[in-house]
Amino acid sequence: MSDARTGAAGRGSSVLQAGARGLGRWWHVCTRSPRAEATCIGVLSAVAVVALWQVASTRWLPSILFPTPLRTLEAWAAMVWEGVLPYHVVVSLVRIAAGFVVGTLIGVPVGLAMGLFPPVLILLEPYVQFFRFVPPVAWIIPAILWFGIGETSKIFLIFYTTVFLVLFNTMVGVSAVARNQIRSAQCFGASRRQLFLWVSLPGTLPYVLTGMRLAMGNSFAAVVGAEFIAAQSGLGFLIVDSGTWMATDRMFAGMLTLGLLGILTDQLFHAASARWASRYLLLP
Amino acid sequence: MIGGKRSAGLRGLGYAVSILVVLGLWQYLSRRAIIPLLFPSPLSTLHVGLELARKGQLQADLWASLGRILAGFTLGSAVGVAAGILMGASRRVRLLLEPYLHFLRFLPALAWIPAVMLWLGTGEGAKIALLAYTTVFIVALNTMVGVARVPRNQVRAARSFGAARRQIFFLVTIPATVAYMLTGMRLAMGNCFMTVVAAELVASDSGLGYLIFSSRQWMQTELAFVGIFLLGFLGLIADHMFRMTSTRLLWRYEGASGSRTTR
Amino acid sequence: MAYITFRGIDFRYGPKGPLTIRGFDLELRRGEFFMLVGPSGCGKTTVLNILAGFEAPTAGEVFVDGTPVPGPRRDRIVIFQEPDSLYPWLTALENVEFPLRVLGVGRSERRARAGEALRLVGLRGHETKHPGQLSGGMKQRVQIARALVLDAPIILMDEPFGALDAQTRIILQDELAQIAVRTRQTILFITHDIHEAIFLADRIGVMTAGPESALKKVVEVELPRPRTRGSAAFGELYEHVHQILSEEVRRVLRREDSLL
Repeated sequence: MSDARTGAAGRGSSVLQAGARGLGRWWHVCTRSPRAEATCIGVLSAVAVVALWQVASTRWLPSILFPTPLRTLEAWAAMVWEGVLPYHVVVSLVRIAAGFVVGTLIGVPVGLAMGLFPPVLILLEPYVQFFRFVPPVAWIIPAILWFGIGETSKIFLIFYTTVFLVLFNTMVGVSAVARNQIRSAQCFGASRRQLFLWVSLPGTLPYVLTGMRLAMGNSFAAVVGAEFIAAQSGLGFLIVDSGTWMATDRMFAGMLTLGLLGILTDQLFHAASARWASRYLLLP
Repeated sequence: MIGGKRSAGLRGLGYAVSILVVLGLWQYLSRRAIIPLLFPSPLSTLHVGLELARKGQLQADLWASLGRILAGFTLGSAVGVAAGILMGASRRVRLLLEPYLHFLRFLPALAWIPAVMLWLGTGEGAKIALLAYTTVFIVALNTMVGVARVPRNQVRAARSFGAARRQIFFLVTIPATVAYMLTGMRLAMGNCFMTVVAAELVASDSGLGYLIFSSRQWMQTELAFVGIFLLGFLGLIADHMFRMTSTRLLWRYEGASGSRTTR
Repeated sequence: MAYITFRGIDFRYGPKGPLTIRGFDLELRRGEFFMLVGPSGCGKTTVLNILAGFEAPTAGEVFVDGTPVPGPRRDRIVIFQEPDSLYPWLTALENVEFPLRVLGVGRSERRARAGEALRLVGLRGHETKHPGQLSGGMKQRVQIARALVLDAPIILMDEPFGALDAQTRIILQDELAQIAVRTRQTILFITHDIHEAIFLADRIGVMTAGPESALKKVVEVELPRPRTRGSAAFGELYEHVHQILSEEVRRVLRREDSLL
């Protein structure tokens, strides 16, 4: 193995040997246990996708239309540094928060009322069952006509998204309370108030939380849609505006942020539920 | 909850009363509203709707939207079912694809509209691609869950009868998963309406979304209301059809009444 | 005078349904342990639900201590076959405290009495577990503890051990027998299991097959307590009740056959 004998070809083959040995060792590590295999496949697939993306955007597609992963990350960092991204994100989040809070505050009591009192159910059910199928984005045009291009129109859309989902899930939750739970409480002489506060409400809580989680997820889509069509700020505006100026790297960065935000809020929701409402989420 | 045949009739009556009351109230209030332009009455909306139908424009927009949805939905469902089955059957495939499923679940089709418009223009192809995207993930996820939830004893029973793996796959796994596929498709359909409307609002010259959009151009709010009502009815009919299919045609496939869901 | 009286009870579901129960008459003495057995679908649970106040009879009356039954009340506590009446978000202790909480009993007294009830059913140490963490047998014990904590005079048990494995069932029967002797409540217990009936009951009522079922025969169980399952007297009684019951079960099977 003296240097005089290896030369260029020798060096090449030793690289190959090292590579093959490394590959072999990696394979050995990966197939050692199912968990290891899962992680390895995950890593491999992530690397593969990014690599594919890189190759696609540099070799196969015009890079102006399809930014490379690197450029996307650069654009992302630049926008954060400039404060552009945080600003638009906060704008969108505020709209979502406002609409979500109002929607929940109205959706839960109405859903409870519909679940507990047949007259209320009969009164409101046709509308709930109908407007459930009208997507929130459809309302953006009337909302602009009524409320102008300001914040209210978007908050209205989020409110609409939230209230139906929360209401519907709450309503379903009330009827999901086991009949025997109510009967045994009746045996114990519980008043209607006690039945409501101590049996119906805790039993409905998991459904309310599901409705809220679904509403949160849908709210992102709704706000982005609204911001495409009629806004001068917000994450949706950022995306569509970047697209208009062919700044595809910023556009991708915006989309990435949207996805991450969705995941983040969903995780936060799960964590909050686990921390404060875990006993109500226990299965019988 | 209320039950029984007589109560169902009473319930229907209750609905009718409720709807009539609200319509009446709406009619009354919109007459006295400050700017009738902003909030047209039900009669005025109906009038405009009938006008459009007479001219054939309503039908054109309706079919435009429906056509796009059907094309994209079918494509997405086919790919979704195939992917879901593959992921359910092979642990490796599942590990490979599942992370993307879960990430892209949080990137709604809506978000891709500007990008897809840049790449594919504003034609039908772009919209169909978006609709396929909307459909594929939910269908794949639900199908995958369905394959995993095939009762183990059903597979074991087949094995004890000497069934080969391929037979088990086609005679046990697939039938047991049908209900889940249908649930995924029903959920995806709802999202398709959202995507198609958004796409048509942003860049289109036909379809229900465009109809709603045009209300701003022509300063005729009735157009938006017509579009919204049609969307609601379409959604109701589509959902109803899915449930009918589950209960009438596919009742023998366990759980096909749409009670299992993943979102 | 009888403590609980069923007089001429008829029952049908809905205005046009068939008559499930017809002309059901029964008198229960105060403090007795009464088992109701019968073939499937004969309406045993309906009888219990009527006494509990969950359902109203189509005709006839039910009296407790001379007064007609108004609806569910604290004097009649039900123990259901499925433990889905327990509240999953409460611990075992909190579940047993629940009836006291409804009454407005103070926290420390509640805790003490509930703890005592749980100890009585052998669940000491499991107070902080939630129903989801308990086995089927333990859940049923929580239900029993919950019924005992109120000291209700009447306890209605709807096949409470039906969903449990045979060994757990025997253990719970033993425990229930001891508790019943000590607390002397009036108990109406529904079961399919004749052995269970003979082991626990003072009297056994056999119902006819439905529809339009009624009480066929009441058998006195005069075996001394504590009872041994394998004794000759036990076996004789078993044969006796079995004969009465199997006639009815055969009628049900014959009807199902003829429907095919």
